[in-house]
Amino acid sequence: MTIDQRDPMVPQRYRVQHIRNEIPDTFTLELVPEDGGDIPQFATGQFNMLYIFGVGEIPISISGDPARRKPLVHTTRAVGTVSRAMRELKPDDMIGVRGPFGSHWPIERAEGKDIVIAAGGIGLAPLRSVMYHVISHREKYGNAVLLYGARTPTDLLYRRELQHWRTHFDLDVYVTVDRATGSWRGSVGVVTQLISRAPFDPQNTVAMVCGPEIMMRFTAAELEKRGVATKDIYVSMERNMKCAVGLCGHCQFGPSFVCKDGPVFQYGQIKGLLTKWEV
Amino acid sequence: MQTLEPVLAEHPFFKGLKPEYLSLVTGCASNVRFEAGTYIFREGEDATRFYLLRQGKVALEIFAAQQGSITIETMEAGEVLGWSWLFPPYQWHFSGRVVEPTRAIALDGACLRAKGEEDHDLGYELMKRVSLILMERLQATRIRLLDIYGKSPGGKVTYPSR
Repeated sequence: MTIDQRDPMVPQRYRVQHIRNEIPDTFTLELVPEDGGDIPQFATGQFNMLYIFGVGEIPISISGDPARRKPLVHTTRAVGTVSRAMRELKPDDMIGVRGPFGSHWPIERAEGKDIVIAAGGIGLAPLRSVMYHVISHREKYGNAVLLYGARTPTDLLYRRELQHWRTHFDLDVYVTVDRATGSWRGSVGVVTQLISRAPFDPQNTVAMVCGPEIMMRFTAAELEKRGVATKDIYVSMERNMKCAVGLCGHCQFGPSFVCKDGPVFQYGQIKGLLTKWEV
Repeated sequence: MQTLEPVLAEHPFFKGLKPEYLSLVTGCASNVRFEAGTYIFREGEDATRFYLLRQGKVALEIFAAQQGSITIETMEAGEVLGWSWLFPPYQWHFSGRVVEPTRAIALDGACLRAKGEEDHDLGYELMKRVSLILMERLQATRIRLLDIYGKSPGGKVTYPSR
């Protein structure tokens, strides 16, 4: 029997090239195809299903540069059975990969406009690919603003890159933490409070928001208050994704499947669903 | 002589205030600047003024014997520092430490309260504006109380791993 390698339900074998601890509980995996072949092209905001053989499979957003596909980069947090097993992987270990799946961030729609990237906690991972794209196509965008909030200074993801991005004179990077010790000289407060400080034209802005759902709701509300239309705000949703191709129904979200129609949604399309107890 | 009226008119706190009220408020205003590392006010002191920040960064702190100074929140340009001037006993509940060199407009609390008592329309307008800030700070505090980036007490992750 021959297996169709393009079948989205069949995982491809990848080898762990490198694993890096980012912050407590959070790590980055760099993967390369076992057969030395190409990594499928992906768009910013898409995700892969990563399979730990004998343990299980979970959806994880791609956090690498779409213009530099090798290695395939994923950052995730060790919180469940599969992600904890994933953290124990060593270089040269095997992992199954299906994907990429899902909708992507509207980087083309944002061209010619100001772009606001708002991330909370590990929500920066699915948005890092947008940062890479914006930096390498800087001339296509107006003001480029990153708003990033985390729990404490030690919970800031990609700290070295954040510092590097701050040195770009054409990027406005705002970082805040919920709690800080005496040595922290940055902002303290929730990420929504950064919105009023950021330089962008609300009438000509596309905003991309990723983080805990409550953070995304309040951030979107604050963006709306500043004058950004709901059609120009995009959020990345997370639900219990299993098949990743819209067949199993586990990730049904109102009339949509998060795996197939999302994870990136126009906020105006799902706003009403976010406060419903059951959808 | 140039007055602070146009500066006050541009600050988000007073934006849209009637010109006659702006003129009254300007009589209570003064231009101030603070160096990094200094304290604008300290916990327990009389809250005689509040500040409309124009530039810089100020940390609101509280002192705890075992932990030293804990930063509650930071304030930046366009924001308002302090509301203790409005409510008895008119004392600061927190300390205001200058993180980055700061320029601000200081407003005399007793002066503003007196003008608000004389003209209740002005007083009501001021209360509405202060209330809005209180509401925004309360909402921000509630979000922080949710600890959205952490784990719930039962160990369940309240935030997706993605």
